[in-house]
Amino acid sequence: MNGFCKYMEGYFAGVKSLLTGMRTSMKVFCEKKITEQYPENRHTTLHIPERHRAMLVMPHDEEGNNRCVACGLCQMACPNGTIRLTTETREVEDGKKRKFLVKYEYNLGSCMFCQLCVNACPHDAIRFTNDFENAVFQKEKLVLTLNKK
Amino acid sequence: MFLDYYNFEPLLAGIHAALCGVMPEWAALTLEGLAVGVAIMLMYAVLAVVLIYMERKVCAAFQCRIGPNRVGGKGGLLQVPADVLKILTKEIISLNRADRFLYNLAPFLVILASILTFSCLPWNKGAEILHMNIGIFFVLAASSIGVLGILLAGWSSNSKYTLIGAVRSGAMIISYEVSIGISVLTMVVLCGAMDIQTIVAGQADGWNIFKGHIPAVAAFVVYLIAGNAEANRGPFDLAEAEQELTAGYHTEYSGMHFGFFYLAEYLNLFITAGIAATLFLGGWMPLHVAGLDGFNAVMDYIPGFVWFLGKTFVIVFLLMWIRWTYPRLRIDQVLTLEWKYLMPTSLVILLLMTVCKVCGLTF
Repeated sequence: MNGFCKYMEGYFAGVKSLLTGMRTSMKVFCEKKITEQYPENRHTTLHIPERHRAMLVMPHDEEGNNRCVACGLCQMACPNGTIRLTTETREVEDGKKRKFLVKYEYNLGSCMFCQLCVNACPHDAIRFTNDFENAVFQKEKLVLTLNKK
Repeated sequence: MFLDYYNFEPLLAGIHAALCGVMPEWAALTLEGLAVGVAIMLMYAVLAVVLIYMERKVCAAFQCRIGPNRVGGKGGLLQVPADVLKILTKEIISLNRADRFLYNLAPFLVILASILTFSCLPWNKGAEILHMNIGIFFVLAASSIGVLGILLAGWSSNSKYTLIGAVRSGAMIISYEVSIGISVLTMVVLCGAMDIQTIVAGQADGWNIFKGHIPAVAAFVVYLIAGNAEANRGPFDLAEAEQELTAGYHTEYSGMHFGFFYLAEYLNLFITAGIAATLFLGGWMPLHVAGLDGFNAVMDYIPGFVWFLGKTFVIVFLLMWIRWTYPRLRIDQVLTLEWKYLMPTSLVILLLMTVCKVCGLTF
């Protein structure tokens, strides 16, 4: 008798889980489809998630200042050697010496979008954007200078 | 009386009389036979294209995709015709150490079984192609020829993948035929007839699924599960477990020989759905609700073949829903499901239906 009870229990549990599966797939069937019809919808309904990492940028304010302090942590964090900082040491008003950023070079071609540089930055001076249409014909064009001055 | 606007019988009798007027009767019969044969082939091909397109779209929707959408305008309507043309141009490769005769015969056996059962479907009043008083029994018998084709295909290709695939498919199809047979028998008990046209005609005052209530609904579910297995479709598509078997019994086939297997798979889906529509949902019979005469009259104006195709495609959708929901079963799970669950269930349903029928508990 115990065996029979077990059989029936398994039977109904199985039917129930099958019906749950059917309900789930019907829900997906009725959902809005997530396919992007890419070149056609490029200027209309294209949706790239905000978190998608496609290019490193350095945000600038209205006067063209960035928040980079030229500490070089991002350069050290980068496993690919994608980031190269050129810095110079200048004396500021109160006589202390400080490093200043001259050129922030970023090689898009060797970047693997791991976000270690962004995580390493103590001042949030760099971030990734979802701007993904970055194909060019010469690989030299992939080396970008991120700072404006 | 009500379906007489769309009865095909007077039209067909008229054509026969006209032909007999200009030629001897044997010539007229031959000509009609040829015309019907061509019509079956055409319908077969067109339905296959429609079903493959539907499968791709429905499958895409179940996976949150769009499906074919480039070839032939917005809906990708020309995708499947293009695939058909492509497969027609491909070479049929002959294998080095295969059993040549059986290897070439196998796809024809599969397609023959499929076409024979296809011809039994009740399309409309007076539009049956193969009509005999044991129609549903003939369908069961003819559909078993397909297993022979599958086993021959696997054996004659002389490859371990095809052989194992064929044995698995064969074991599965033969097992599930038991459930299909018993659930069909359940409906035969309810109708008291094996003739497909009589079964349909008996549903004029209510479809079998309503007349037979609980046992009929249960038999419908069992039939759908077993039918899915019979058509070799997921979750019972063992043959397509490509990690272990590449493509199962048709691994070594190419070109149109492979196309025959593919075509037969989709048409078997349609036939399974068509027989289900005949047995449970009244075939070409319109939906009638007792007491609503205006509604019934409007329903009568919809031709029978539209009803039949509509019901069949609804069931095809149900089968696709099942297919794209569940993961593939392992061979031992497939056989456990049949022998330990489905077959006992269908026997209980048969018993229940018989008791209902004897006690007059059906409508």
